[in-house]
Amino acid sequence: MIPHVLNYILFLPLIGAAAVLLARRSENAVRWTGLIFSLLTFVLSLELFFGYDPQNPAMQFVEKMSWIPSLNVSYHLGLDGISMLLVVLSTFLTPIVLISSWKSIEKQVAPYVALMLVLETAMIGVFASLDTFLFYVFWELILIPMYFIIGIWGGKDRIYATVKFFIFTMVGSLLMLIAIIWLGYYASTQPGGVFTTDLLLLMDIAPTIPLDIQSWMFAAFALSFLIKVPAFPLHTWLPDAHVQAPTGGSVILAGVLLKMGTYGLIRFNLQLFPEASLEYASVLSVLGVVGIIYGALVSMVQKDVKKLVAYSSVSHMGFILLGIFGVTVSGMQGGLIQMLNHGLSTGALFLIVGMIYDRRHTRMIEEFGGLARQIPVFSTFFMIVTLSSIGLPGLNGFVGEFLILIGSFESTVLGSIWYVVFAATGVVFAAVYMLWMYQRMVFGVSRNPENEKLVDLSAREIGLLLPIVLFIFWIGVYPGTFLSKSESTVQRVVEKLEQVQKGEAITTTVPKP
Amino acid sequence: MYQYVGLIVLFPLIGLLVNGLFGRKIKSESIVGIIGSGAVGLSFLVAAAIFIEMLGMPAEDRAHTVTLFTWIAAGSLTVSAAYLVDQLSILMTLVVTGVGFLIHVYSIGYMHGDRGFWRFFTYLNLFIFAMLNLVLADNYLLMFLGWEGVGLCSYLLIGFWYDKKFEGVKITWTGDAANKAFWVNRIGDFAFMIGMFLIFREFGTLTFNEVMGDAGTLAVGNDTVFWITLLLFLGATGKSAQIPLFVWLPDAMAGPTPVSALIHAATMVTAGVYMVARNSALYALAPDTMMIVAIGGAITAIMAASIGLAQNDIKKVLAYSTVSQLGFMFLALGVGAYTAAIFHVMTHAFFKACLFLGSGSVIHAMHEEQDIRHMGGLKKIMPYTYWTFLISSFAIAGFPPLSGFFSKDEILWKAFADGSPVLWVIGATAALMTAFYMFRMVTLTFGGEPRWAKDKHPHESPASMTIPLIVLAALAVVGGFVGVPAVLGGGNAIEQWLHPLFAQAHNTLALPEHTNHATEYLLMAISVAIAVTGFWFGRSVYMKNPEADRSIAARTGVLYRLLANKYYVDNVYHAGLVTPIVKTSDRFLFRIFDVRIIDGFVNGLARTTGWVSSVLRYMQTGVVQNYAALIVLGIVVVLGLLIFS
Repeated sequence: MIPHVLNYILFLPLIGAAAVLLARRSENAVRWTGLIFSLLTFVLSLELFFGYDPQNPAMQFVEKMSWIPSLNVSYHLGLDGISMLLVVLSTFLTPIVLISSWKSIEKQVAPYVALMLVLETAMIGVFASLDTFLFYVFWELILIPMYFIIGIWGGKDRIYATVKFFIFTMVGSLLMLIAIIWLGYYASTQPGGVFTTDLLLLMDIAPTIPLDIQSWMFAAFALSFLIKVPAFPLHTWLPDAHVQAPTGGSVILAGVLLKMGTYGLIRFNLQLFPEASLEYASVLSVLGVVGIIYGALVSMVQKDVKKLVAYSSVSHMGFILLGIFGVTVSGMQGGLIQMLNHGLSTGALFLIVGMIYDRRHTRMIEEFGGLARQIPVFSTFFMIVTLSSIGLPGLNGFVGEFLILIGSFESTVLGSIWYVVFAATGVVFAAVYMLWMYQRMVFGVSRNPENEKLVDLSAREIGLLLPIVLFIFWIGVYPGTFLSKSESTVQRVVEKLEQVQKGEAITTTVPKP
Repeated sequence: MYQYVGLIVLFPLIGLLVNGLFGRKIKSESIVGIIGSGAVGLSFLVAAAIFIEMLGMPAEDRAHTVTLFTWIAAGSLTVSAAYLVDQLSILMTLVVTGVGFLIHVYSIGYMHGDRGFWRFFTYLNLFIFAMLNLVLADNYLLMFLGWEGVGLCSYLLIGFWYDKKFEGVKITWTGDAANKAFWVNRIGDFAFMIGMFLIFREFGTLTFNEVMGDAGTLAVGNDTVFWITLLLFLGATGKSAQIPLFVWLPDAMAGPTPVSALIHAATMVTAGVYMVARNSALYALAPDTMMIVAIGGAITAIMAASIGLAQNDIKKVLAYSTVSQLGFMFLALGVGAYTAAIFHVMTHAFFKACLFLGSGSVIHAMHEEQDIRHMGGLKKIMPYTYWTFLISSFAIAGFPPLSGFFSKDEILWKAFADGSPVLWVIGATAALMTAFYMFRMVTLTFGGEPRWAKDKHPHESPASMTIPLIVLAALAVVGGFVGVPAVLGGGNAIEQWLHPLFAQAHNTLALPEHTNHATEYLLMAISVAIAVTGFWFGRSVYMKNPEADRSIAARTGVLYRLLANKYYVDNVYHAGLVTPIVKTSDRFLFRIFDVRIIDGFVNGLARTTGWVSSVLRYMQTGVVQNYAALIVLGIVVVLGLLIFS
């Protein structure tokens, strides 16, 4: 057990970013420095995975230091089963992103790598923060590197896309900031209370807020998170951001940033405002189900494969929303696994789209055809990831979708099977849009002579897809490795809501360090 | 021995990993072929050993569950990777691995020289792996893994020659046919999933034995059970190509012929029958579903058989024949004749695999020609293919004492006795059509004078292909003797073997004993007469005039066009379902709703903000005089308000 390991994990990428800027003379030195720091971070984060004790209900790997004493704001980190998995997902994907950008980022390499590392720190910070103010700082910090990554290394319409991304997210988070301040103020109005941003304290205090005010708080947080997810109809920044972002940006965006939204819904909305959560569970579930179907149908008719994958994210994230707001252990566990799955599968899809774009400088589906003959290794990886994305049993996607559906089917909060019946049609549509795209790109014969010059994947490219494929199978065959880490945390989250639902006193609180 | 059931599944897994990872490097086709076939052969041997061990056990102790590990656990749900070895699953395993092995061997010859030789064997092994999970699973979820897994293999193998064209309604490439198969199956799988959720909600478990055990406590006509069984049946109509989801199977013929034999005739398409049989205890509680199953099966049987009358592609005829035969099996399930259904699954696997492989041998010899109008006279040139094809045709037509006679006759008898005479009439008519189209095909392919182009040089296929044909033909001859009914002095071994599995369902159904043997003999005689009539007509009409179809088409007009165009079901689905969904998604959801409405709102907001700011910026001129003037104006307004209010 390494003491203060979470501190190291949080700041190592930031130090790496500084090191990268120092080494900016040589592009290769920059790439290697970035990679080594991100790999070190990943290795350290394994300590989190293996060291995490699911039986212990308290936050683990806790770090706490006073930061702004007058407001009781502290630098307070800690992980439970949910956030631990998401931190490891972030540290796992960052080195993959850096390797994927090895050749495709040619201009301004040093700032690119440095920004990626800053982004990594911010992502870890978002998942690890146990202080609402600290959380907000990291939440907003994400925007800066992402803004530049899209705006500098992006495609033709990158400025429109990045500004749209920035403003959409900003609008949501401003309301969240107001809610955070109001919560701190509310705590001070309690008998013997003081202004606080301590999330663990607020988890005990906030549920006592009367429902009408709770609803406003719930809405302020939810809006911010739903934009990030993105839930229908707040999703239109996503296709633009994805299409314009460089491959690495898309991978991180889909792989990790979207999960910040669903994570926030669990951590803040469910845990701070249980009564309002129950009240509006059906509304959010409807948004999820509409997103599943709408995202799939719109995805189906896209001509640009990257846009297709972007819209498919709306569909996949809809499943997670349904899993969370069904408020059942199996559904929420499914939602969490689906967060990892989407990070892996959609991340891999963006990598694959990036690989073909690097070669052909187009993403139009109709430009391809017959890739199976030309680049069989590429086609094989593409097939596996496609199947993972459409939820084939035995691969990761199925575990998540199945648990979400079977969990929500039994949900007493939703109280109707129709959510699941409609959501499950998404499984049919997913097969339609993914396999139709796959068939037009990979099967048949080439529709452009340019395709005949294509070369198959390099060792580097295989090397960065292999670890993802490994986890695609692992989660599909033996999800217990991951489910067992979060089971007890999810159980406590659900239990708290069940107590509120039954009108009982809340007894499930997270022990304070 | 049964503890080693995992090995049955493991061998094909090893085979597919070895061929899949290293196949490209292995230059020798025979090594790839031996690995692929050998893996399935080993599975068959283990299955046979378990079967023999089970024979030695008392009937009530033959079922065992072997748990490997916990697959998915969350909340109250725990699903294990566990195999249920019982009389039904071992029988299916023997058919899958046995027939599967023969088809693997056949493929060594058939796929010789193909660029994707190793890929083909990888997919075949993957199929066997998935199919074994399907039949051996001890719970719905693992069965579903196999269920979708075989669907994947079907997809991969239909589109195996991915750069080959294939004709169909809205289909240009084999890949289109593959997609169609996957999508239509997914619709069925959707129903299967919802059924599974209902089961979990009702019974709190997904394990077969626990569900069947609890089912014993429920009353006949239970509403939830009705929905569960109906949804599962809808799942089965996808996989087993029944109305309304049968449309994918004829197009699945785009795949290499061994695939059609293995997946689209002998094994995968019977999965739905197996699934319903596995759930017999639930179906017995839902008489309404049983009736739907029986009627659906009967109508599918006659509809597909009638389409088969007017097809000219040798594989298409066989495809519709398969749909029709599957209809017979569902007819049996619907009237509670579970054993008869499984019996027909088995005999059908023998003769239909033989027929498909025979057709492959013919296609091979005719240089990829599949139109029977351009064949003829192959009898002398391909004796092994001809004789095995002929024998299997007699078997499917129901000539005693070949296997098809016993199994089909059992179904028809049960349809009459436990169902209704109407079902029998439909079934018997379908049987008549079967005999007719089979011998039309045999005559046009092998009989008469050659009608092919001079540049073709047909030849008999190599031993690796003819030996499996001979073995399968032999099985098609003798396979029926395990189910000789009591009225013919037989012991009906298969019924006794499967009895413990269906005892619960039979108790619930409480079907009457049939003591009136006279009717049974009479119906049997009619069956034989039907087979002979179909044979005689099919043979004599086309022997006399290979182009008889023209005059028949001219005389029957609309009816013939209806059959030749498969009742226009594909066209209706496209016009009524596929096109509207795609067009609405593109023209409304995407172009109008997403781009114009949502984004239009967002961009409009941005533009409004910009516009307001551009107006407001005139307030910030930086000229002090302007500010002073405005201040004065403000004072005047405020004063004015104060004075006049």
